[in-house]
Amino acid sequence: MNLPRSVKAVYSLYADGFRSMTVGRKLWALIIIKLIILFAILKVFFFPDILSINYSNDAERADAVRNELTGR
Amino acid sequence: MTDLLNLVDWSRAQFALTAMYHWLFVPLTIGLSLIVALMETIYVRTGNVKWKNITKFWMTLFGINFACGVATGIILEFEFGTNWSNYSWFVGDIFGAPLAIEGIVAFFMEATFVAVMFFGWNKVSRGFHLASSWLTAIGVSLSALWILVANAWMQSPVGMTFDPAQMRNVMTDFWAVALNPVAINKFLHAVFSGWALAGAFVVAVSCWLLWRRSNIEAMRRSLAIGAWVGAIGLLLTMWTGHGSAVQVARVQPMKLAAMEGLYNGGNGAPLVGVGILRSSDEIAAGGDPMLWSVEIPHGLSLMLDMNTTGYVPGINDIIAGKARGADGTEITTESYAERMVAGAEAKAYLARYNTARANGDSTAAAAYADSVAANFRYFGYGYLDSPEAAVPPVHLTFYSFHIMVAGGALLMLVFLAFILVYWRRRQMLEKPWLHIAGILSLALVYIVSQAGWIVAEVGRQPWVIQDLMPTGAAVSDVPVSSVQTTFWIFAVIFTGLLVAEASIMVKFINSSAKKNIETQN
Repeated sequence: MNLPRSVKAVYSLYADGFRSMTVGRKLWALIIIKLIILFAILKVFFFPDILSINYSNDAERADAVRNELTGR
Repeated sequence: MTDLLNLVDWSRAQFALTAMYHWLFVPLTIGLSLIVALMETIYVRTGNVKWKNITKFWMTLFGINFACGVATGIILEFEFGTNWSNYSWFVGDIFGAPLAIEGIVAFFMEATFVAVMFFGWNKVSRGFHLASSWLTAIGVSLSALWILVANAWMQSPVGMTFDPAQMRNVMTDFWAVALNPVAINKFLHAVFSGWALAGAFVVAVSCWLLWRRSNIEAMRRSLAIGAWVGAIGLLLTMWTGHGSAVQVARVQPMKLAAMEGLYNGGNGAPLVGVGILRSSDEIAAGGDPMLWSVEIPHGLSLMLDMNTTGYVPGINDIIAGKARGADGTEITTESYAERMVAGAEAKAYLARYNTARANGDSTAAAAYADSVAANFRYFGYGYLDSPEAAVPPVHLTFYSFHIMVAGGALLMLVFLAFILVYWRRRQMLEKPWLHIAGILSLALVYIVSQAGWIVAEVGRQPWVIQDLMPTGAAVSDVPVSSVQTTFWIFAVIFTGLLVAEASIMVKFINSSAKKNIETQN
């Protein structure tokens, strides 16, 4: 399949750029480690969206918050 | 109640920790993107390849900081869903819309043009590359705009109506939210302060390399640009800071009173230049709240009204129901005790609405919804135990504000000194004490920058949404121990990441000391 020249140019911009990185390799490693910690560990195990997991629809969530805010 | 306070304190501490960590990177990204674009503009206009290589040096530092800051703001959104679920639901789409726009803008503008900035040298035309650098700088600032629109709404809620059925605020006027004067001023203040911070960063790194007698010509040129951008940024920050004080006087008078340690106001209120507050107990016992101070007579009134006799209410006046009119005169409004009654009524009507709705009595529910709406303006006061509970931590707000102002003034002197030395006494740039002053300005600018956010966020306590929701109502019903656990997890992870990130930056700067930056590539 022949890709348009513009797509090839964009692809080579990114591919060559990533290949020639020096400091960037460490940074990408750091970013990936950070994202794994954030999304695969912290978000999954420590930061659930309480209203989303405890209630199945918006009406129930609204009731829950109304009960919370009138009960305090 | 003790458990709730404990929970609120830990949740706030965690949010403050993550927000302050996030704010280490954001202003440098904003300001350094501008400086890089300016340097590249000089290269394109002069064709001098030395400027191209200087641009690349600072662009790499921009890239390191950009990468280190990536996703640090996401954690705040995690905390909204877990620790602040009542708040998250209550704000509805008002908070969601600006944050969604920010996400899209950040992804498309920054991701696209940052890639061209770093990978596009020799691949795209000079003009296209320069345009990408400027669009990155603009994109970074536009991202900040939407975050600050959301933040400003919390400080001055506008353009919405409360729907008790959905139990959330519904946006009725997008433009009132987006063009909220508080938001516009806050945005400009934050962006200009980013210019000042990045200017100090460039000055500090340049001084570090000059101290090591490395890349002297390149660093002198960089230093001149850093000092100019820093000085202009700081001047504009001061101007918008004045605008911010005027806005705060209008929508958050209690915050202004705390910033100034002003308990008993009046006409021709003074501006505290430097001061020491007495302890909270001593202040509560009566007498002068200031142990020692240097004041500018009538300064606060002059700053707000351009009039030496304008009225500025103090903390005790605001609690008693005194306020500033639009023309700077004293007016009477609802006292905090009256607001607490209105808030308690709104809360009680909401409870009755809930019961009527559960019983299927739509007529009664509609009537109670109207009563909630009539008292909603002071809804949050219904959660307060006493009028004094609506007073922010005065000492922290006061000292943070004065550290910010004094530090900003000192920083301006540093920038002006470097500008003067560069243009008139360039041989002085060899003096080690000047290098040390430049390096220390980096610590100073971060202290000033963080102090500014402490004023903005601590000064509005107890409100998470001004007058509508205190932190005690916003927090989720989760175990304190879980918040404590995640607080320490964050503290450890953030410290580790910060050390790793700083070491990459320092290593790059030190490795550059062994090279000739101007002849690289």
